[in-house]
Amino acid sequence: MRIEIRGLERSFSGRTVLRGIELDDEVTTLAIIGPSGGGKSTLLRIVGGLLVPTAGTVALDDKAVDYRERELERYRARLGFVFQQGGLFQHLSARENITLPLRAVHGVAEGEARRRADELLERFGMSAQAEARPAELSGGQQQRVAIARAVAPRPRLLLLDEPTSALDPEYTSEVLDILRDLRDEGARFIVVTHEMGFARHACDKVAFLCDGVLKEYGRSEDLFGNPRTPELKRFLGKLLEWGV
Amino acid sequence: MGRRIARLFRVEPGSPVHPVAGVLNYLLVCIAVLAGVWASLAAVGVQLDFSFIGQFRVRIIDGFLLTVQISALSLVASLALGAIVAWAQGCRVLVVRYAADLYVKIIRGTPLLVQIYLFFYIIGTAWGIENRMVAGVAILSVFEGAYIAEIIRGSLLSIDAMQLEAARAVGFTRAQTLRYVVVPQLVARTLPALTGQFASVIKDSSLLSVIAVIELTQTMREISATNFNMFGCYFLLGGLYLVLTLPLTFVSRYFEKRTGYAH
Repeated sequence: MRIEIRGLERSFSGRTVLRGIELDDEVTTLAIIGPSGGGKSTLLRIVGGLLVPTAGTVALDDKAVDYRERELERYRARLGFVFQQGGLFQHLSARENITLPLRAVHGVAEGEARRRADELLERFGMSAQAEARPAELSGGQQQRVAIARAVAPRPRLLLLDEPTSALDPEYTSEVLDILRDLRDEGARFIVVTHEMGFARHACDKVAFLCDGVLKEYGRSEDLFGNPRTPELKRFLGKLLEWGV
Repeated sequence: MGRRIARLFRVEPGSPVHPVAGVLNYLLVCIAVLAGVWASLAAVGVQLDFSFIGQFRVRIIDGFLLTVQISALSLVASLALGAIVAWAQGCRVLVVRYAADLYVKIIRGTPLLVQIYLFFYIIGTAWGIENRMVAGVAILSVFEGAYIAEIIRGSLLSIDAMQLEAARAVGFTRAQTLRYVVVPQLVARTLPALTGQFASVIKDSSLLSVIAVIELTQTMREISATNFNMFGCYFLLGGLYLVLTLPLTFVSRYFEKRTGYAH
């Protein structure tokens, strides 16, 4: 999918968190990395139509995103979102979390929605918890359901905002494994992540955001193998300090 | 042995209570209360006499039913009013928001008795609302609406922003977000408090007796004015209100347990 971002800016009550973002590339899997507060989530939410940019444009496959609310509702429906945590509807069971958007937003019939939900739950090892409410699930289980909900309508692009950051280490890999499998089946995604191993080995492209500026962008082996900016060198160096 | 007896009387709050211990201890409390009442009655030398019930049976039942009717109508009206006001309190138009705010402040800041007199004798007369029943339901609804608005507003504020973000993310329109996310979560959160508020509506309706709506309290006042059996009448009155309100506390507890998923 071709992603084209031009002159993108975003400020919150006078404070600029993103400026001068330029990107034009064919993307299948993209990791956005960088220090906290660097604008990663803001960029992801703008691309996903959850946040309106202060200036600039975003286009997917040569079609500019129309940032009027009415248009955004339709735009978001064709994407799949996974949040850091708490993104599941608290009053619905795991299965209902998947079937409700299918029925209400995508017009899928009840039986078909249920069949698709159960298929995904089984695939992600969650069949036994289909009736459970989010509060009864572990963090890793919640994220697996969230991913199932996001992929159920067969979106053209998945957007994941630090999907493993709130998880205990032992649950991180179960979520990352699912993402790798989805990639192998041809799913496209943009993921904001602190999991450098995943960014390096499972994502084709990497964007490094620091202080609201896109400091480096390119193929993941290039960025990790040969960082050019002092910011990225320092960022990766810090991560390696306690590396095993 | 000693510890087994202690377990019959002492349980940490939050831990399950054995049914036998529950019944036994509740019985003890009831006996203590009855003993206190009996001792007080004996001290003033009052003999409770409920023989009037048979004679006034029809009037008592009518009053009881009218209280139920007034309370039910007021609950429905105050729910609608409370929902509108809760919405208005978060409205972008300042005049609307401040109007809702002023309404809640005035109603919650003044006694119901004052509102009943002012509304009925001034506003009611000025605008030609002479039917006491209609005026009574209207006053009670306006009064309870302010409290219900606060209950609903509190629940609205307690809905996690993440839930609304997730609703946008899956592609819900504003109407769908309201229908599939906000309302179900709101109902789950407000139901326990609303059933409690319904008990308040029932009790508060007794004040409508001051504008001579012949509900339960007014019925008893009239009966006691003819037979001078103040204590018998008011004991029965209290008992009849308990018949209505006690089941509601159980319903409220039930809702609390059933919707405890959020915690």
